[in-house]
Amino acid sequence: MSILGIYYYWVFAILLMIGFFAVIAKPNLIKKLIGLSLFQAAVFLLYISMGNVEGASAPIFGFGAETFSNPLPQVLILTAIVVGISTTALGLGIVVRIKEEYGSIEEQEIQEMDRR
Amino acid sequence: MLMAPFVLLLRGRGLPWAAATAASLLAFAIAIRLTVVVTGGEALAYEMGSWPAPYGIELRVDALAVLVLLVVTGASSAALIGGRESMASILSAEREPYFYAAWLLALAGLAGIVVSADAFNIFVFMEISSLASYVLVAGGPDRRALPATFKYLILGTIGATFYLIGVGLIYMMTGTLNFADMELRIQDVADQRPILAAAGFITVGLALKAAIFPLHVWLPNAYTYAPHVVTAFLAACATKVSLYVLLRFDFFVFQQNLTAHAFQFSAFLMPLAILGILVGSAVAMFERNLKRMLAFSSVAQIGYMMLGASLVTATGLTAATLHMFNHALAKGGLFLAIAAVAMVAAGCRLGDISGLARRMPWTFAALVLAGLSLIGVPGTAGFISKWTLINAALELETGGIALVALILVSSLMAVVYVWRIVEAAYFGQPAETGSGRVPAALVIALWGVAIANVVFGLAPELPLTLSAAAADIMLGHVR
Repeated sequence: MSILGIYYYWVFAILLMIGFFAVIAKPNLIKKLIGLSLFQAAVFLLYISMGNVEGASAPIFGFGAETFSNPLPQVLILTAIVVGISTTALGLGIVVRIKEEYGSIEEQEIQEMDRR
Repeated sequence: MLMAPFVLLLRGRGLPWAAATAASLLAFAIAIRLTVVVTGGEALAYEMGSWPAPYGIELRVDALAVLVLLVVTGASSAALIGGRESMASILSAEREPYFYAAWLLALAGLAGIVVSADAFNIFVFMEISSLASYVLVAGGPDRRALPATFKYLILGTIGATFYLIGVGLIYMMTGTLNFADMELRIQDVADQRPILAAAGFITVGLALKAAIFPLHVWLPNAYTYAPHVVTAFLAACATKVSLYVLLRFDFFVFQQNLTAHAFQFSAFLMPLAILGILVGSAVAMFERNLKRMLAFSSVAQIGYMMLGASLVTATGLTAATLHMFNHALAKGGLFLAIAAVAMVAAGCRLGDISGLARRMPWTFAALVLAGLSLIGVPGTAGFISKWTLINAALELETGGIALVALILVSSLMAVVYVWRIVEAAYFGQPAETGSGRVPAALVIALWGVAIANVVFGLAPELPLTLSAAAADIMLGHVR
């Protein structure tokens, strides 16, 4: 298989790295959370793409389809998406509280305020 | 019996403290009952929804699981019994139900991780417990808890997502999520590279969650600024549960199926463990905030556990699992004592507790007892696990002596930082303090834990048998 033949894995890897970079390098807490969401979304894509079978239909019986995609990864990812949403929601909630307490959502400014 | 974690989930919303404590005690009782059953040598398995194992989700309890389960439920019960007044002083009445609901969710998640035999289920439980513990950590009055929680959330999520990638890669190659099934099917996989990548992702992800040395940055702040009782609970069990998953995954699934994996495992983790022990202890020696000091000491103690595990011998693994149990006793006791101290003292810095031992002799006596156990003085629980660890190190042909020296040096460092607490408390000039009193329940819980430290130091058969059995199970999978 050629390198580009498995392009969906490249999408996964690139998205993963973009998200990871944002989490590490961005000083803004909201941008960090966006990066975290991208990071998780990349993993969701990994699961979904591995469950797919070429030329297969959705795994529903009785419509004349012969081959089915593997439904299990999709079910797993449904759970993981819920987990991801709750994480993002909680993260945003904390950011709101940080903004209330510190008046800023920039990492450096917060650290300086704590040092004083 | 194994449904306990799920019962807890349902009961979480009602009468806040009483329900939480009752549920936690119930879970503790169930854990004790399970211990009795498992000590007989049998592993218990329960098929959720009656679907047979490789297809349905299986719950499984063996000697290793039951040991961690005891720690988790015991720590939660002790912290809840003792923590009522301490929590009431920082929580308003309407927030209390939410707080205890989050507590029970964390407990249920941690217990769920331990009993689950399904890789994806563990991820879900891991996220349940993490999300709940973020809420717990942020619950304190100190605003610095918020950035600490944010950091914990980011790193915790990255750790869990790494774990998820690893599980995904394994699922890709084996088509199963059940541990026992995975172990069999992975042998037929021809191409080892995805499995190796999966091992890497899972190890790093879980190492982040377990705060193994270079990945520990979230831990000190989260422990320092969390409410005191929460720290006692989380310090005693949260990182240990991640470590448990790491050991389970590595020894059950990877070790026998990847060529030379035992060597890679120890070559990767042993230097980190050694550095963690040294750096953690050294920072703790110079730290002036009590909770931060103990948090860094946790980083060092996690190093001991990793050191034991990275030896990949029966004695080493026994030491690692035993130390999980004993460190939970010592550290749980210390943080409970600090919760008690904080009710009287102005703060948690060394200067704040100056001369306090005269006012609260019982609390500080228990603190010293737990501290001795942390150091590893003979007659306390900590001694047993350090002794086992030294034995394991001596079994090595080369470098064993160096490891023993390392353990001794870091124990001396522990003497230094525990002594600094003792010095301040017993010999310092009495500081101006508030008029707070320590509630009786907290003293009772504290002494329960402190006495457990001595009991398991003098009569270590129960944890020793369990952890030896756990080591056998793990090594039984390494051929």
